[in-house]
Amino acid sequence: MVINNPKVETEALNFYYGATQALFDVSIRIPEKKVTALIGPSGCGKSTFLRMFNRLNDIITGTHHKGRVLVDGEEIYNNHVNLVELRKKVGMVFQKSNPFPKSVFENVAYGPKIHGIKESSKLMEIVERSLKAAALWDEVKDRLSSNALGLSGGQQQRLCIARALAVEPEILLMDEPASALDPKSTSRIEDLIGELRKNYTIVIVTHNMQQAARVSDYTAFFYEGNMIEFDTTEKMFTNPGNQQTEDYITGRFG
Amino acid sequence: MENQIKDRIILWLIRLFFYFIVAIVGYIIFDIVYNGLSTLSWEFITGFPRRSGAEGGIFPAIVGTAYLVFGAIIVALPLGMASAIYLSEYARTGRFTSLVRLAITTLAGVPSIVFGLFGLGLFVIFFGFGASILSGSLTLSFMILPTIIVSSEESLRAVPMSLREGSLALGASKWQTIYKNVLPNALPGMLTGAILGIGRAAGETAPILLTVAAFYLPRLPGSIFDQVMALPYHLYVLATQHPEAEKVLPMQYGTALVLLLLVIIFNLGAIILRNHFRKKIQW
Repeated sequence: MVINNPKVETEALNFYYGATQALFDVSIRIPEKKVTALIGPSGCGKSTFLRMFNRLNDIITGTHHKGRVLVDGEEIYNNHVNLVELRKKVGMVFQKSNPFPKSVFENVAYGPKIHGIKESSKLMEIVERSLKAAALWDEVKDRLSSNALGLSGGQQQRLCIARALAVEPEILLMDEPASALDPKSTSRIEDLIGELRKNYTIVIVTHNMQQAARVSDYTAFFYEGNMIEFDTTEKMFTNPGNQQTEDYITGRFG
Repeated sequence: MENQIKDRIILWLIRLFFYFIVAIVGYIIFDIVYNGLSTLSWEFITGFPRRSGAEGGIFPAIVGTAYLVFGAIIVALPLGMASAIYLSEYARTGRFTSLVRLAITTLAGVPSIVFGLFGLGLFVIFFGFGASILSGSLTLSFMILPTIIVSSEESLRAVPMSLREGSLALGASKWQTIYKNVLPNALPGMLTGAILGIGRAAGETAPILLTVAAFYLPRLPGSIFDQVMALPYHLYVLATQHPEAEKVLPMQYGTALVLLLLVIIFNLGAIILRNHFRKKIQW
């Protein structure tokens, strides 16, 4: 499989929590405006890998890495890289929904405000557009000023997606976005991913293989910090090239 | 069966201790209120002392204590909050921060008379502020600093990491994240530290003894470089230094009651402020 002009790319990426190595020589080319799923058992390094793309691992003390991470062909671990600009471009949705203890409106407007938008009509426009894109507008349009923590779990997670979309990212990182949700909310999130793939490059970590099969175009299988296999989702789930991948996908371990 | 009996015994023991403590506090408050109430009058609160405090009011001491507490808080709160923010949000865990924490804990355990001597040496003599409100407030602020730092740091740490990550992931800078997303959620806890500090600052005698308190000064201070009377020191003077210590017993009780009320008023103010911020958060 050849991927030209990848949106995100790593070359021989190694990552260490202190003396413990979490990623081993991972090289991947993630295509633009597609959904790429990272699967593997717990602790295989897939979340760590995801957090490399917006440099969120930087905030954990005692970590370091070797190798290269490129977004749009540019090394993001250079000193002159503007973290604010990077994280604006690379949005993230977390495993446990983490709305701020503020109103629904303030949650979505948080990013645009930080990036200097003050005009309230402009903010309102962004909030509405983002909430609509996250398929949440109809449910919350009458209570934009009420506290976000009063929303249901599934709504909170979609709010976090809206919040990420509000800063107009090009890439959306999703770290097991539906793992804490009920089946109905999960399917709503999955439908939403199906919509968002048209405009965004999505990288999603999931331990739910059916979910990876349903939502993704490409799948990478991680095991013990190594990327075992990376291919189109169709090929990975019907005819994997590696025995370990097959064992995992067929449920023999994990 | 045996376990149930054990459970019951432990429950009763704990209850006993609880009532014991309540009884002690209750007795102290009752004693002060019962004996002090008869002295309490408009003249006592707003009047100036006469005959070395044997007669008249304690107004200058009330004003003095209010100034000192206010001064201590406006110095200690920003300083303590800044230290806590540094320790919790910026400092990497290592030998240096452990050392700083050890220093803070030690500072909390330093006897108040040592703070008094320190204030005398540094503010009164070295900086030349003399015995003054400024020296006294600064000394008290150093004394309550550890309480404020520790409680502030704890409340900062209680803010979930996921909120910081969520903010950083949106491209917020570190300071934006702290200012807009961490501090508002930690503020109620920080104010709790301030409340504890207020109580201590208002009640301590030793630190002000050497840095500000006047034995008998029946007028109001004109500037922060003036000496003042203060309630705890006035109480100490009446109880131990006064030539008619026996006769002025009602004055002592009255002063103690006013001091108690003043601390309660300070605390109430801070609690109202804290609840106001807490309501804004709505976890």
